[in-house]
Amino acid sequence: MSAAIEVQAVEKRFGNVRIIQDLNLSVAKGERHAVIGPNGAGKSTTFNLISGHIAPTSGEIRLNGEVISGLRPFEINRRGLSRSFQVTNVFARMTVWENVRCAVLWATGHRYAFWKNVDELPEVRRRTAEILEDIHLFHRRDIPAGLLTYAEQRELEIGITIAGGADVILLDEPTAGMSHAETERAVALIRRLTEGRTLVIVEHDMSVVFGLADRISVLVYGRVIASGTPEEIRGNPKVKEAYLGEEAH
Amino acid sequence: MSDTATSAVDIKAQSRGQNLRFYGIWVIAAIVLIVLPMIFSSGGSLTSFSLIGISIIFALSYNILLGQTGLLSFGHAVHYGLGGFLAIHAMNAVIARGWSIPLPLIPLVGGVGGLAIAIVVGWVITKRAGTVFAMISLGIGELVASSSLILRSVFGGESGVTTNRTDLPQVFGWNFGPQIQIYYLIAFWLMISAIAMYALTRTPLGRICNAVRDNPERVEFIGYDPHVVRYLAYCFAGFFAGIAGGLSAINFEIANSAYLGAVQSGIVLFATFIGGTAYFFGPILGAILVTYLQLGLTSVTTVWQLYFGVIFIGIVMFAPGGIAGLLMMHRPLVRAGSLGLMIPAYLIALVPTVALACGVILAIEIIARQHLPADAQIINLLGIPFSATSPATWLTSVILIVGGYFVARLTWQRIADAWDRATTIARDRGYLA
Repeated sequence: MSAAIEVQAVEKRFGNVRIIQDLNLSVAKGERHAVIGPNGAGKSTTFNLISGHIAPTSGEIRLNGEVISGLRPFEINRRGLSRSFQVTNVFARMTVWENVRCAVLWATGHRYAFWKNVDELPEVRRRTAEILEDIHLFHRRDIPAGLLTYAEQRELEIGITIAGGADVILLDEPTAGMSHAETERAVALIRRLTEGRTLVIVEHDMSVVFGLADRISVLVYGRVIASGTPEEIRGNPKVKEAYLGEEAH
Repeated sequence: MSDTATSAVDIKAQSRGQNLRFYGIWVIAAIVLIVLPMIFSSGGSLTSFSLIGISIIFALSYNILLGQTGLLSFGHAVHYGLGGFLAIHAMNAVIARGWSIPLPLIPLVGGVGGLAIAIVVGWVITKRAGTVFAMISLGIGELVASSSLILRSVFGGESGVTTNRTDLPQVFGWNFGPQIQIYYLIAFWLMISAIAMYALTRTPLGRICNAVRDNPERVEFIGYDPHVVRYLAYCFAGFFAGIAGGLSAINFEIANSAYLGAVQSGIVLFATFIGGTAYFFGPILGAILVTYLQLGLTSVTTVWQLYFGVIFIGIVMFAPGGIAGLLMMHRPLVRAGSLGLMIPAYLIALVPTVALACGVILAIEIIARQHLPADAQIINLLGIPFSATSPATWLTSVILIVGGYFVARLTWQRIADAWDRATTIARDRGYLA
């Protein structure tokens, strides 16, 4: 069985500046994989590379065995990979309901249809309602997304990401800026919603990382210095030196 | 799960209720269009209604770009104009060849013309949104407008291409000579186009257009190519603009280079923005107002464009949501029953604001009329004659502007206070988020 995501020898340069060098990452199907590392290590860039937001300078990225490096984000999304953003990235003037519904439309096969009434699509309506129930925003469905509270917007962000039914989910710091209680709620949400799917998560909160992840990769200066189970990572001297050591002080 | 099921049913019921109200509105609109010329039957009003009908279709088509998809085009008249030219040539061909295509179908030919050019240039134009799109649309607009003067065989040079609409095959015994018949033809296509464009906003594509407007980057990560979305929106906008152009060709029996120039593109932008882009009915209000202003102002002042400019700046600065935005701001207050708080404040503010406006109008007219012959120097404002050369008029203008401004500022503050109270009530009663 091939890996869900396979990143091989990927390099990304902006001009002469090498942001990512020789990046290798493998995420098995159904695995919950956390990517950690100090600020500026290239975690978000790694997500941008995998999701097609930026193209790698060299190297290869595979999704379920198929090469996706160089494809546009929507092409990668259609192949079953969906991502969230670190900075909330919703459709601000549209209602919560419409935000989620837009994310459901492609996956339910309605594409660019201009001959169907969007309110009369039972499958779309059912899935949108389900997702909204899942992210606890059903009662807020008629409110423009831009008027939601910060924590609600983060939940909507996750809702939009999973709405298309992708089997590989990338979440970029989903709990950033949340209070302790909100974080706990969000982690429970993520755990439930990504059941049976592959999850890659970038996260700063170590309790979230060690509580959620099956495997962890540590990224420093655009390079994966260690990859393994939470126990292996805890015991890894290189990681201690480069990353956890700093945290401990 | 059962919870989800019941809520989904709720939403279905809710959308049914909306549908009912929705059909009601269209039926009322159709009745108004049918009855209107019976109440105002003079030749002048029929001409005005015809022009308004055409500009409503044109402005609604423009809003597919601006309001729905977030694309600011400076060259939308290209589709209107080429639709008009194709309609004219089609009419002349029908007459010359004796084809049995009746006049009521000609606007569709215009639509096809507008669509065809959109299919050709749209792919390049819509590659990017924002400034790049605006600049390329401006460039294409200028390109087409200037070639219309060069390619004489197609565009007829400066004099344009003419036709005679009464020579086409007749339907129901109508020869479409009298303006009333043209009015009903325009009203018919207005209903069809408006319903079609409204329906478009409620399709998957229409909603994804909104998503592209709000956040094109994110759209790429839910499976859509924003370029394709923009392209399709552009094609629809071009098609309906072409219908408006075709109707215009029928109405005037001529198509010339003014149809596709920058002025025409500017006016549709102006009408759409003044009406308000965030609501479907906004451009309808804008088209009605701007057409009336165009017809009304040109007969009373030579510097009517200047007033257009002042109004446009005022809307952009103080009411970016346009007239529709201003109206819809009050909806929660109406529901909460707190609109009554606003009315006295508005009425009080009206007096000094009108005085201020009169002062500005006087000032503009004084300057505009200095070089005119003596009889044209009489400014007729609200029934009072003012002489443009008299110092008394200048003094009146200054007093109205300065005095009006200072008093008006106080009353605007009253409006702001009343607004706070009214919205607080609406919020307490749960009608405002």
